[in-house]
Order: sequence, then structure tokens, then C-alpha cells
Amino acid sequence: MQYSQPQNPRMSVLSTTSLASDHFSPASSSTRFSLPVGAPINIPAKQGNKPQIYDRNLNKTRTAEVSLSAYAFLFAEIVRYTQMRVSGIGDLERRLNVLGYRIGTRVLELMSWRAEAGTKAPKREIRFRAALMSVHSQVWRAVFAKPADAIEKSVDSDDEYMIIDNDPPITRYISVPKDMEQLSCSSLTAGIVEAVFDGLGFPARVSAHSTPTDAYPSRTTILIKLDKSVLEREESSK
Amino acid sequence: MVVFGLWVINKAGGLVYQRSFADGLSQLTANENLVLAGTLHGIHAITSRLGPTGSSSGAQVIEAETFKITILHTLTSTKFVLFTSLHDVNAEPLLQKVYEVYADAGMKNPFHAPEMPIRSEKFDTRIQALLGSTQA
Repeated sequence: MQYSQPQNPRMSVLSTTSLASDHFSPASSSTRFSLPVGAPINIPAKQGNKPQIYDRNLNKTRTAEVSLSAYAFLFAEIVRYTQMRVSGIGDLERRLNVLGYRIGTRVLELMSWRAEAGTKAPKREIRFRAALMSVHSQVWRAVFAKPADAIEKSVDSDDEYMIIDNDPPITRYISVPKDMEQLSCSSLTAGIVEAVFDGLGFPARVSAHSTPTDAYPSRTTILIKLDKSVLEREESSK
Repeated sequence: MVVFGLWVINKAGGLVYQRSFADGLSQLTANENLVLAGTLHGIHAITSRLGPTGSSSGAQVIEAETFKITILHTLTSTKFVLFTSLHDVNAEPLLQKVYEVYADAGMKNPFHAPEMPIRSEKFDTRIQALLGSTQA
């Protein structure tokens, strides 16, 4: 299938320092898998008795809760920082999307590990509808501790689906000024969703749009526009 | 109790938020509000140095014949000033809640710059919900 790997253009917007420490990028981690020639493998001694984050059981923090305030401050600072370094709203949304993408790849991995590690027959979603349902409930629950509020299918085009959140926790305290009305800070969420779909093998373009109603002023729609190849595959495997 | 108005004054003495609630009050112009807020800032600075036993928290309540001014001075020197009717016991807890709203809708909003005027829709709505309903 000719679908360009989304990783590389995404990496280009990241600073080199964050690339160097990125355990995700194949470029930086390839040396870890090459065998040293004739030299004994040196396992670096643990520094002091500090517990390493990698030693921790992945299930330990499954139900742990984090402070919404702390994350609200962190996210506000991310938006503020990013906003100073972009030229327009589109650029800002794209960068938030990229940051979300990096979260999403990890969320997918951790989520599948947690959900499937214990079962005898681990599975992954291969049909789009099922994958969409699992993003709506499981990904949302893993990231925001609640399922999203609705799933919709576009009436106009076959390749567009929507996930709707009536009150996204990350934008709960954010008021977008009038002159930036088109901006949706949920682009981060869109990035997460895009990464999960990419990881599951459903390449798509995902964007976030504010669709306020009177009852839910911060209602947000995550719009998923599927790649043509996905539709063709769905069609052929019916 | 009746809440007449709310000011938020930044640490330099500038008025960053002003809102009046009760109907039928004679309104001040924006400029008059700014001057009065600056004056109150000065008075507060003076009273905080008047304590007989060294530094003090400064004026907390100023009572007039027909109204009462309650001042909440935070650790970061932002002042929340509430104008209420004289026999009002709720002003201080209310100011704490205003402080909370400020922390939520002001400081956690990436489009708000500290010490600058607060222009946030969510701040407005939450202040309205908090103080607008106290007119009884």
C-alpha cells in the first residue's frame, strides 16, 4: 500500500533535542539493537538506588488519577509556548496535532498492552467501525477518564466520521479570543486520534472543530477523514 | 445581601476586571473606575504599613454608611475587591470563590496574559453565575 509514513514529516517540526531523547524514533534507537563486536556488553550501573520509571509495572497506574489543574496549567503553557512560535492559526493547530500524535502512538501501545496482555487470544480491531467504537470508549477512557459523547457519520461524504465530546477536559478552562475563533485547542486530541487510527492501520486525516451548542458551550467535534485505501479495503473485505 | 460590584486589581494597581451587578446604580466611567482602583491600591499599601506590630495584611474591610468594601489580597498581590451591602456576612467566602474562578478561567487560559485585563468568556459566565444569583 502506497501510504507515506506520517512520522517523518511530523518529526521535522520537532526540535533536535527532543529528537535525540525520543525513544520512539527508529533513527535514535537503532544502535540499541546492533550487537557490539567482541566487546562485552556493558550494562550501566543503576545510579544510586533511584527506581527507574521503566521498572514500574505498567498496570500500576492504570486507575491512578492525575490532577486536572496540573494538566490544565501544563496544557495552557504548551498552547502559550506554541503560539509564540507559529505564524497563524493553521500552523498552531498543526503543531498541537503533532504533539497529540506523539501522545497517541504511546496511548495505543499502552492501551493494547493493558487490554490484551492478560487474554489468551489477543486481538486488534481490523474493521473501521469497531476501531471507531474503541476510540470512542477505550481511548477516551484512557486519556480523559470518560467515554466521548457521540459518534456521527457525515451525510455528505462516505469517508468522514465524527467523534463528539460535549465538554473536553483539556479545553474546560480555555476561552479562545474572538479574533481566533476558528482555533480549536482540541487539535491535540485530534492528533491523538490520528495516531491511534494510523497505528491500527486506518490512515486518516483528523482535525478538531468547535461546534458549540447552548447547553454545551465547549462542545467539540473531532472530524476523521479516512484515506481512500481504507475505504477500498473495507469494501473488499465485506 | 446585595453584591454591587467586583474589581480585580493587579499587583501594579491597575484595574484588570470591573463589573457591577445591582441595577439602578449610578455608573462610573471606565476612567473613574481606573482612578478609584488605583487609589484603593494606594490606600491598601499605606494600611499594610500602619500596623503597630510591624507589617500587616493591610485593609480587609472598609465600611461606609451605605455599603461595605471587602478586599482579598492574595499571595501574588492581586487584589479582589467586592462591594456589598452593609450587613453582609458572605463577602469573604464569596471572594475566595472569585479567586478560584480567577485561577481556573484566568490563569489556566493560555490566551490570558498575567497582569493584563481579563477578557475571557468563561470568566464572565462563571462570575455571573457566582455573583449574579446573589441578588435577593
